Amino acid sequence: MATTDLEPVTETRRTLMRQRLGRWDQKASPYAYIAPFFVVFAVFGLFPIVYTAVISLMDWDTIRNSGEFIGFDNFTYVLQDRKFWLALRNTFSIFLLSAVPQVLVAMFIAAMLDHQLRARTFWRMGVLVPYVVMPVAVGIIFSKLFADQSGLFNHWLGLVGIDPVGWHKQVLPSHFAIATMVNFRWTGYNALIFLAAMQAIPRDLYEAAAIDGAGALRRFVSVTIPQIRPTMIFVIITSTIGGLQIFDEPRMFDTTGTGGADQQWLTITMYMYNVGFGNLDFGRASAIAWLLFLIILVISLINLFITRKFIKSDSSGGK
Amino acid sequence: MTFSRRKTVLGLTASAAILALTVAGCSSSSDPAEPTTPATDSTMSAAPDAAAEPVTLTLATFNTPGYQQIEQPDAPYQYDLIKEYEDANPNVTVVYDRKAESGDARTNFFAKLGPGGLADVEMVEVDWMPEVMQYSDLLEDLSNDGNADRWLPAKVADATDADGRMIGDGTDVGPQAVCYRESLMEAAGLPSDPEGVATLLDGDWANFFDVGQQYFDKTGKAFFDSTSGIWQGMIGQIDPAYEEAGTDAIIAADNADVKAAYDQLTAASMDQSTHLGQWSEDWSAAFKSGGFAVILCPPWMLGVVKGNSGEETTDWNIANVYPNGGGNWGGSWLTVPSNGANVDEAKKFVDWLTAPEQQAKAFANAGTYPSQPAAYDNPLVKDAVDEYFNGANTGTIFADRAKAVPAAPFKGKFYFQVNDAINNALTRVDDGTDAPAASWDKALTDINGIS
Repeated sequence: MATTDLEPVTETRRTLMRQRLGRWDQKASPYAYIAPFFVVFAVFGLFPIVYTAVISLMDWDTIRNSGEFIGFDNFTYVLQDRKFWLALRNTFSIFLLSAVPQVLVAMFIAAMLDHQLRARTFWRMGVLVPYVVMPVAVGIIFSKLFADQSGLFNHWLGLVGIDPVGWHKQVLPSHFAIATMVNFRWTGYNALIFLAAMQAIPRDLYEAAAIDGAGALRRFVSVTIPQIRPTMIFVIITSTIGGLQIFDEPRMFDTTGTGGADQQWLTITMYMYNVGFGNLDFGRASAIAWLLFLIILVISLINLFITRKFIKSDSSGGK
Repeated sequence: MTFSRRKTVLGLTASAAILALTVAGCSSSSDPAEPTTPATDSTMSAAPDAAAEPVTLTLATFNTPGYQQIEQPDAPYQYDLIKEYEDANPNVTVVYDRKAESGDARTNFFAKLGPGGLADVEMVEVDWMPEVMQYSDLLEDLSNDGNADRWLPAKVADATDADGRMIGDGTDVGPQAVCYRESLMEAAGLPSDPEGVATLLDGDWANFFDVGQQYFDKTGKAFFDSTSGIWQGMIGQIDPAYEEAGTDAIIAADNADVKAAYDQLTAASMDQSTHLGQWSEDWSAAFKSGGFAVILCPPWMLGVVKGNSGEETTDWNIANVYPNGGGNWGGSWLTVPSNGANVDEAKKFVDWLTAPEQQAKAFANAGTYPSQPAAYDNPLVKDAVDEYFNGANTGTIFADRAKAVPAAPFKGKFYFQVNDAINNALTRVDDGTDAPAASWDKALTDINGIS
């Protein structure tokens, strides 16, 4: 009969359709699932970046929302501004003074926390508490502690017989003070990230090393560090990006927010903020933003290269 | 898994403690001001203006202008100007938005001036008025029927743009007198009664610094509170200081008056200045510790002096004098953005709020000194006495000083950038970072780069 002849044909067609849909689903749905993020990023992330690039080429009046095209004049002005180079110097100095001790101390703390301590969870949560405190609050309190005449630190130094340090007057002391605030906040956070990576290291690697006669330090250098190399890369790159963008702590270091009379602690982000919202010159501020972006890109790539080269990856376990 | 009883109790206690800490740490700062009237129906048919449309006006201010006495239920005066206006105009409801500081208000103002979203009435401070002037075409002209005569001339001049439009109604001013510590003046062998100090300091800045030198020679301590405070006083009397009216050209680098003032001040500040930055921690601590003997004080500084010195310091007083007569520090205007929804109602409101009677009440509330001479005869102002300053008659003192304020020097759009460069130069000298000449050269490099 006709129906019995047709049934196998429609059955096959339906199966083919289902198979085709299934394959199409497998290929296309990952893109559909990540699309919302990229749509939001395109609107709120990518568009402002492109807009900033366009404005940096113009003499922009943000209130009248108009400007005239002036080419690279903004960039030339910024690169010839004495304050830009001072800000660059300060930013790098604060970055090095904060990122390097931070990563080293964080690794040390993570190594300590990796042991079987009593009340482990308390210690591990404890290192994160400074991260929870608002940077502005940290800045206000530390700037009181670091006050030149009435601050606690100079008082203690005086008790030991050392002359008061000009925390708000000299370049390096101010960088040291600001780096202290940054380290206070971020060391615990990075320590926990390192700890998570260390806990994923298989214990038999340590046993094997111990059997071969490696002491604790040797085990740390030759087993732990290569095993957590990907995490180290992550921490170093995020510290670089964050360190080159420091704003809260230097801004709160004094009440005026201009980075010191001699630009002792003016960072690039502060400089950009003061030019944009202080002088209402958004064209120049956009130029500074793009220059900062390029600088961060270059430094991050350098850091990646250094980390890859100097920390040998462990071929058996590392990715 | 099951927990032992001990672990359960410990766990719950720890969670409660962490929750409490987190809530305390995450709690937001003080809530925004509530609307001042209950949201009742404003079309009361019994009132005479009932035929008018109901209108909601938004008023945005910062610091404490004194229109309401919100934070101090024990203060002697509790005028509520907002409520008074609403009672007199039943169809109007006022929503009052108070920002904490001038900086926050300024950021908000410039962010919304172009795209819209400002309040119907916005308060603008003297420090950012020159920048606002560039956009004066976006604000309403508030001059009508010669009411500009109510204010001090300097107050009107600073708010009038190149086309003659007065875009702000003056609220308060900061005529400066000299606040001093009686005991410290005595210790230096100088007169310590208000009249004596007034006679002593009456003259020009050279005379002021002579007295300061005498003080330093006798006591070895700093005479005035900060170099930048004195600079603010000196530069306010130089006209034109930094820019040329009409062209916006920056003349600071070639202005002999500015350089002379800089030299005079840096020479004196070696010995006579505390070398502290205003508003810094150390500066606030110096009030109590006797770090300096005099400070140039406008009316709003009295609260700062009292707050920083505390109740233990009992010998502050005010001398009715100022080098070269008078100077102004601080002050605000109320402006009406043109793209607001209720421009005409807002203009009426601003006109009323800045009238002499209302300014006198605001002064009674918060010590913000009126900018209209007619208010100086109001008993609230004339008879005002400050107990903390040993009964100084603040009403008369500041009325005299206000009348002595010279004509407003021209301030163009680069005024505060140039002033910042020079203030930085002075601070560098204070800190010992640079010698005066080298510091001035650095400031010139910065000023020449301003554009």
